[in-house]
Amino acid sequence: MYKFLIMEHILNPWPWYVSGPLIALVMALLLYFGKTFGMSSNLRTLCAIGGAGKFSDFFKFNWKSQLWNLTVVLGAIIGGYIATQYLSNDSKTDLNPKTIAELQTMGFEDAGNTLVPNEIFSLEAINSPKALLILIIGGLLVGFGTRYAGGCTSGHAITGLSSLQKPSLIAVIGFFIGGLIMANLILPLIF
Amino acid sequence: MMKFIKFLLVGIFFGIVLVKSEAVSWYRIYEMFRFQSFHMYGIIGTAIACGVLFLQISKKGLIKSFSGAHIFVPKKDNGTVRYIIGGSIFGLGWALIGACPGPMYILLGTGVYTMLIVIAAAIVGTFIYGILKDKLPH
Repeated sequence: MYKFLIMEHILNPWPWYVSGPLIALVMALLLYFGKTFGMSSNLRTLCAIGGAGKFSDFFKFNWKSQLWNLTVVLGAIIGGYIATQYLSNDSKTDLNPKTIAELQTMGFEDAGNTLVPNEIFSLEAINSPKALLILIIGGLLVGFGTRYAGGCTSGHAITGLSSLQKPSLIAVIGFFIGGLIMANLILPLIF
Repeated sequence: MMKFIKFLLVGIFFGIVLVKSEAVSWYRIYEMFRFQSFHMYGIIGTAIACGVLFLQISKKGLIKSFSGAHIFVPKKDNGTVRYIIGGSIFGLGWALIGACPGPMYILLGTGVYTMLIVIAAAIVGTFIYGILKDKLPH
């Protein structure tokens, strides 16, 4: 009976007060192993591996010293697979009904039934130039912005704010300026 | 090889936590930026609170790294412009595709194969920054 209850809790979506501390644990483990929690650095490493050092000194560094972080990435991909294949039931994302209604008027049919909207991310959707452009522009903005800002959610919002660094606070304010503009002003225009 | 297994395991754990917390959900990010749910704020808030606690305890020397050294978080460079502008550009992308650099890879693992396009574009974006770096205000 207990076993059943525990399994039920694991298969259901995890509440925020469980998830947040576990993310802090990821940061703590990496610091314990003498590294830092920063996912966007991997994009720079991948550039360096691809030979970008020929074009900019920014990519001239010993990328082999970053292989540990690419290993974290590999693990994260595997983790995503394990979580969806073995640790999930068919429960939907418990979104605010207002959000669901709002997204419906924008043309998103089943908000919360999947992790990402099929209207943008499905293999059929990317036949349309609109969805394809969204993926490309979104990726470019994230890749460029995160390096310009010197970090992303893991490096600035989690690690930077946990270590009470002012630059990270400014960066996170920036994240929200951009995010609020996109979600409140631009997304309603394009959908 | 053994050296890398611990990082692989941390990565697997990270991937599982972000899927189960729904932090990789495009809809959760949208909802957060529309202030329609506490969920994401709860996650980020408790993560930071626990992170602060962990780092304060480490600072007192009560927790050491596995090699016995001090737990150390590198200092970010001083500045304002790069953080506010770079951060805003990142934020625009984050809310558009609903994924930051961690979830991009995790979502690929959940079977969202079109994330490969996003990842490729993000690599190009990082490359463009590397080319323009010296011309940009920091």
